[in-house]
Amino acid sequence: MGAYLTRRFLLMALTLFGMSVLIFVMLRLVPGNIADILVDAAGIADPKEKAKIIAELGLDRPIVEQYGQWIGGLARGDLGFAYVSERPALEEIAPRIPISAKLAGMALVLSVLIGVPFGVISAVRQNTALDYVLRVISLSGLSLPAFWLGLLVLMASVHWFGTIPIYSNEPRSFLQEVGLLAIPAAVVGFRSSALVMRLTRSSMLEVLRQDYIRTARSKGASQASINYNHALRNALLPVVTIIGIEAAFLVGGLIVTETVFNIPGVARFLVEAILWRDYPIVQNLVMLIAFVVIMVNFLVDMAYMALDPRIKYAD
Amino acid sequence: MRTGLAFLAGTAVALMVAVSPALAQKQGGTLRISHRDNPPSASIHEEATISVNQPFMAVFNNLVFFDPKEKVNSPDKIVPDLAESWSWNPDLTRLTFKLRQGVKWHDGKPFSAKDVKCTWDALIGKGDEKSDLIRKNPRKVWYDNLKEVTADSDTEVTFTLGRPQPSFLSMLAAGYSPVYACHVSGRDMRSKPIGTGPFKVVDFKRNESIRLVRNPDYWKKGRPYLDAIDWKIVPNRSTRMLGFAAGEFDMTFDSDVTFPLLKDIKAQKADAVCEARPTNVSSNILINRDSPPFDKPEIRKAMVMALDNKVFSDILAQGNDLDGAAMLPPPAGFWGMPKEMLATIPGHATDVEKSRAEARKIMEGLGYSKDKPLKVKVATRNIAIYRDPAVLLIDQLKNIHIEGELEPIDTTVWYTKIQRKDYMIGMNLTGVGVDDPDVNFYENYFSKSDRNYTAYNNQEVDKLIDQQSAEQDREKRRKLVWEVEKNLAEDGARPIIGHNVANTCWDSKVKGVVLQHNSIYNGWRFEDVWLDR
Repeated sequence: MGAYLTRRFLLMALTLFGMSVLIFVMLRLVPGNIADILVDAAGIADPKEKAKIIAELGLDRPIVEQYGQWIGGLARGDLGFAYVSERPALEEIAPRIPISAKLAGMALVLSVLIGVPFGVISAVRQNTALDYVLRVISLSGLSLPAFWLGLLVLMASVHWFGTIPIYSNEPRSFLQEVGLLAIPAAVVGFRSSALVMRLTRSSMLEVLRQDYIRTARSKGASQASINYNHALRNALLPVVTIIGIEAAFLVGGLIVTETVFNIPGVARFLVEAILWRDYPIVQNLVMLIAFVVIMVNFLVDMAYMALDPRIKYAD
Repeated sequence: MRTGLAFLAGTAVALMVAVSPALAQKQGGTLRISHRDNPPSASIHEEATISVNQPFMAVFNNLVFFDPKEKVNSPDKIVPDLAESWSWNPDLTRLTFKLRQGVKWHDGKPFSAKDVKCTWDALIGKGDEKSDLIRKNPRKVWYDNLKEVTADSDTEVTFTLGRPQPSFLSMLAAGYSPVYACHVSGRDMRSKPIGTGPFKVVDFKRNESIRLVRNPDYWKKGRPYLDAIDWKIVPNRSTRMLGFAAGEFDMTFDSDVTFPLLKDIKAQKADAVCEARPTNVSSNILINRDSPPFDKPEIRKAMVMALDNKVFSDILAQGNDLDGAAMLPPPAGFWGMPKEMLATIPGHATDVEKSRAEARKIMEGLGYSKDKPLKVKVATRNIAIYRDPAVLLIDQLKNIHIEGELEPIDTTVWYTKIQRKDYMIGMNLTGVGVDDPDVNFYENYFSKSDRNYTAYNNQEVDKLIDQQSAEQDREKRRKLVWEVEKNLAEDGARPIIGHNVANTCWDSKVKGVVLQHNSIYNGWRFEDVWLDR
């Protein structure tokens, strides 16, 4: 196991290095740079002013030197300066991470708490009225765009309660923050929970038809014990995989939700930074996301081992 | 008896109401305003968008400014600000300001004539080369005639012009002309600026918020009334409108409420105060005159003759936009040509069908027809306020055998693309900082201007622009301005589709808001605004 973990961590480091090169090069392949955009925002494109900004930001230096400077800084914990705000990139990024992390975390928890139990119920009550209702709900979860759903929630909230659950002020307490994030998290989590529900259902149905379930039933095990001790545990492997993938995809879902609910998180900030070609922000944020995705993948693999004792990672 | 008592009581109440003083201004409170997007920076001199002016104008003072209590900016309504008084020399080339004493920057340092000199030195390229105070200078052309700024003493400063220019004082009164603190770095001025104004910047969080608090040492005693102004950056317009309806915001972003949206706002928040006003932002067409076949003046003329401005206004603003030439039309605008004259210039004909028939003839003479149309791409910024008129333009051009295809451009590289001349036809919006011909003509049509995107170059028009700029008599000057407008329209230099009118709304408890009806870029000092809570 020790050798496996060492190999795995080395591979992670290599992947991150590859990602860093890819991000760095791809960003510079996109037409326009920060100087173009800064000057464009002022409605002018004076080549002299542009050249001055390029020199000031060091964008005229060889690309390898620029890469070395970034990676060197990253290794020392220095993320550089954001081009647009001219403030340390760390100061810009750090306060936004907990907001998005909480939102994503809540959305993921909601999707598991809703998706898994309802998926099991749907499978156990296959072809009943309840199963049909749950299938319709899950299908709508997959087909309703988060943007539209978010706006609908806001409109309904203004119409019925005369208030709007947007992040217009920094929350004063933990409870207020949970209250503010719960609705956007539910909007983001709705899609994920639908996916988890459908996968849990199909996986459960497959497992429930297995010989060992019939054996358990013939040995007199209760229905609840069959469902939760025998079937669900085995049905969970693909579900865990999809939860891992969804965790990575949540960033995409957050962009829309953070915009509609005006949440000052990482996802909206990243899109804005890409539009402005604010390289230090984009590079560091994408690296952070890549790191999170790699870690989630690792945790999913570890979860397989916990769920199915037959799975062993050889040295 | 009861009737008599009731009458007496009624009379007493009526008298009390009649003699009670006007609502007294209340001190305190936080004004909450929604902001439409992320300001590129906080440095007003370096930007050209209301996204910067509206939140940050309250941080600064000018030397002089347009009376904020007046709805229309006008040269005879300019009032002292950091300058207590001003005077011209006899040949009107030296403008001397006596400065207010005892004014302090937000960091406690004293304000002096050196700051004024340093600000305008940086703007005319005579500043310290190592200084990063002005990294971009979109209004460089405003100060082409400014030769020198001298600090005669700590409290007196003189601007020396190359020739008389009556508009010069109006330019200094614009929201775009604050005095900068020269002991502060450009980086700080862009992220957390220091000013002398009624409000100090506490925080400018990108994509999130701008927080201003009352400057307790403000030189104008008793002002401002508000304790703070909170701007929340809400990029989604639906969310902004819902936030205003729900009471999360006391005021909408300037001109954010379109006429269709106005109905929703009124339905959801009946007590909202909403005011429509001309923004002095025009929708106009950019024609790449270096790219064939648009190098032919006949085609440019035919295109302009195909326009039905009323349709644009009806569809986009429920008929509220104003028809005009290059300058904002009267009554909001002082300089725009009268209606009768407007009807005689291309693109503003009253009989559109007749005009289009003539345009078709021109196109047919050049070899185009219904079966052999001229195929063009209509480029525009990929945002609704640009895209919508572009779609209508494409539809109208079909009438004269021009088949257009919409080419949406990433908004961040729009001007770069235009300046590279990488377009055929473009749909553009142009905002004018002050309702003044010098500001508009020099910025947008003068051959040497950086912001003359179409590189329009007509030496005769340049001469006329210079001539009107030096003319002291306002009525004579107005006639020259109309001549320039006529020339520009006949040349197809940025044909004007309409001058936009839009709404700004605020809660009925917000008092003292005076919107300026001939420019959105002025009047955002907020020092007279108060909350009746």
